[in-house]
Amino acid sequence: MSNLFDLLVAGLATGAIYALVAVGFTLLWQTSQTINFAQGEFVMLPAFLMLAAMHAGAPFWLAIILGILLSMILLGLAFKMLLVDPMMRHGVLPLAIATMALAIGLKEAVKQFFSAEASPFPSIVPTGDISILGHAVSLQSIGVLAVAIVAVFGLTALLNRTSLGHQMQAAAQNPTVARIIGVPVERMILLTFLINAFLVALASLLITPIYLAKFSSGEVLGQAAFIAAIVGGFNQVRGAIAGGLLIGVLDNLAAAYVSTQYRAAVPMIFLIVVILFRPQGLLGRAEERTV
Amino acid sequence: MSSFAKPLKIALGLIVIAGLIIVPMNFNRYGLFILSQWAVMTIAAMGLNLTLGYAGQVSLAQGAFVGIGAYAAAIMTTHGWPLPAAILVAIVLSFAVGWVLGYPALRVQHHYLAFVTLAFSTLAFLVFRNESWLTGGIYGISNIPRPHIFSFATNKPLPFYYVCLGSLAIVSLAVWWLIRSPWGRAFMALRENPLRAQSLGIDTRRYTLMAFAIGSALGGVAGALYAPLTQYIDPVPFNLSLSLDLLMMVIVGGAGFYFGPFLGAMIAVLLPEWLRFTEGYYLMLYAVAVMLLLIWSPTGILGILDRYLAERRTKAASALRAVAKSRLETVQ
Repeated sequence: MSNLFDLLVAGLATGAIYALVAVGFTLLWQTSQTINFAQGEFVMLPAFLMLAAMHAGAPFWLAIILGILLSMILLGLAFKMLLVDPMMRHGVLPLAIATMALAIGLKEAVKQFFSAEASPFPSIVPTGDISILGHAVSLQSIGVLAVAIVAVFGLTALLNRTSLGHQMQAAAQNPTVARIIGVPVERMILLTFLINAFLVALASLLITPIYLAKFSSGEVLGQAAFIAAIVGGFNQVRGAIAGGLLIGVLDNLAAAYVSTQYRAAVPMIFLIVVILFRPQGLLGRAEERTV
Repeated sequence: MSSFAKPLKIALGLIVIAGLIIVPMNFNRYGLFILSQWAVMTIAAMGLNLTLGYAGQVSLAQGAFVGIGAYAAAIMTTHGWPLPAAILVAIVLSFAVGWVLGYPALRVQHHYLAFVTLAFSTLAFLVFRNESWLTGGIYGISNIPRPHIFSFATNKPLPFYYVCLGSLAIVSLAVWWLIRSPWGRAFMALRENPLRAQSLGIDTRRYTLMAFAIGSALGGVAGALYAPLTQYIDPVPFNLSLSLDLLMMVIVGGAGFYFGPFLGAMIAVLLPEWLRFTEGYYLMLYAVAVMLLLIWSPTGILGILDRYLAERRTKAASALRAVAKSRLETVQ
C-alpha cells in the first residue's frame, strides 16, 4: 500500500512535467497548426543554456533567468519567425517534417558544442524527504508538483480570466473572425510561441536534475508529452494537463506492475485505444471536419 | 515540345541506369554499402510514397515494416531458407500487418492516424527488443548469409549491390505499373477527395486498406534486403527515427511524385556521407539543409521542378494565345 502511494506521488511529479510540455504542444497546435516534433529537444536545450551560463561564471539564479530568456528568444521568437512563419501556409505535414529536422539539428548542435556525455544539473529544490501521512515523500517530487501546479494555474488564469487570454483563445478558435473584431492575431500567435518556450524552459529546469542533462534526453520526454497531449485532448489546455498527469502515473504504475520491458507499451496501447474510441481525447472537443 | 521531350527523357533514364551499373564498379566497400543502402531505402520510401503521396494516408510506421521484413529474412535465412522465399514471407507478413494497421485509417484521419501509426511503430520496436526467443533481443541476429542467385554467390559487396539495384528496378516497374492502373487512379481519388471518390463508386474502404497494405509490403521487401546487406541486425535501426527518416525522405523528395523517393533517399542517405568531411557538423548541416529546402519548397525537390515546368507551360500557352489573338485581329 505504501508502495502504491509512493508510485502515485512519483507519477504525479513526472506527470506534472509532462503536462507542462504537453500544454505548450497543444498551444502551438491550436494557434498555428504546428505539430512540433522537436518539443522534446525544446525541453533538452534550456538546461544546456543554463549550464553554459553557469560555466561562464553566472550564479545559479542568474543562469536560470538567462536560460529562460534565451529560450524564449531562440525557441519562441526565432522558431516562429524563421521556420513556422514561412511554412504555415503550406499545410501541416511539411512543417512537421521541418521540426523533425530541427530536432536532429538541436541534438547534434548540443552534442558538438557542449558534450555527448550526460552532465549533472543542480536542483532548485533541496534534496531530502518529508513525511506526509506517515509516508516519506521526496522534497523534489513536492517541489516539482508545486511549481508545475502554479505554472498551470497561472496559465489557465491568463487564458480564461484576462482580456489578453480571451484574445488568444479567439485567435486560436477562429482567426478570421478574431481579426474582424480587432484582435491582433499575429501578436497573439507570437505570444503562444513565447509561452511555449517559457513552459519548456520551466520543464527543463524541473526535470533535468532528475534525469541529467544529455543531448538525447528530449526523445523520450517529447514522445511522452506528445501522447499526453493526444490522450487528454489535442485542442484543450485542461485536456493536456489531465493527459500529462495520467501518462505520468500510468508510466510509473506500469513499470512496477506490468514489466519493465513492456513499460513503454502501456501508454502506447492506451493511446491507440483512446484515438480509436474517442479521437478528440478524453477532455477534448470534437474537431469540425474540414471538407 | 512533348514530341522531342520523350526521347530525351528515355535517353536520360538510360544514362542514369547505365551510370548506376557501371560507375560503382571501382567503388570501395563502403561506397558500395552506402549505395546499396540507398537502393534499399528507396524501396521502403516508394512504399510510403504510395501510402502517403498517392493515397494520402499519413503513416509513421514504415520503419516498423522494414524491421518486420528484416527480422523475417534474418530468421529464415539463418535457418537455411533461401532469400527469395524470405522476401515472399516478408511481403505476405508486412501486407497482412499493414492491412490490419489500415483499419484505424478508416476511423480517423490526418494527424490522428499519424499518432496511431507512431504508437504501432514503438510497439513493434518493443517486440523486436523484448522477444529474444525469436529476435535475439538486444544482441540481435548475426551471420546473416547473402543469397546465391542462379548458383552465383553474392557475398562480395559489388554482386550484392547488383542484387539491391535489381530489386529496386523490379519494384520501380511494379509501382510504375500500379500507379497507372485503375488502382493508382483510385488511390489518387482517395487522396484528392474521399467523399467524391466514394460517390463515384470507388470502394474507399478497400482502397484505404490496400494503400496501407501495399505500402507496408514494400517496406517489408526493403527490410528483407537490409538484413543480408548489413549481415547483422538488432532492434536499434528499426526504432521510431527510421519511420521519421522515411517520412522525411518522401516529403523532401516530393510526395506524390514518382521519382520523389529516389531523390529523397539520395538526400537522406548520401548527403550526410558527402558532408562527412565537416566531421562533427555533418548531421547539423544536413538538418539545416532539409529545413531550408522545405522553407523554399514545401512540396519537396520535385515540387520545385513541377512549379518551374508549370510556369513555362503557362508562359508558352499565353504566348500561343497572343499569337492566335493577333492573327484573329489581322483576319478581321
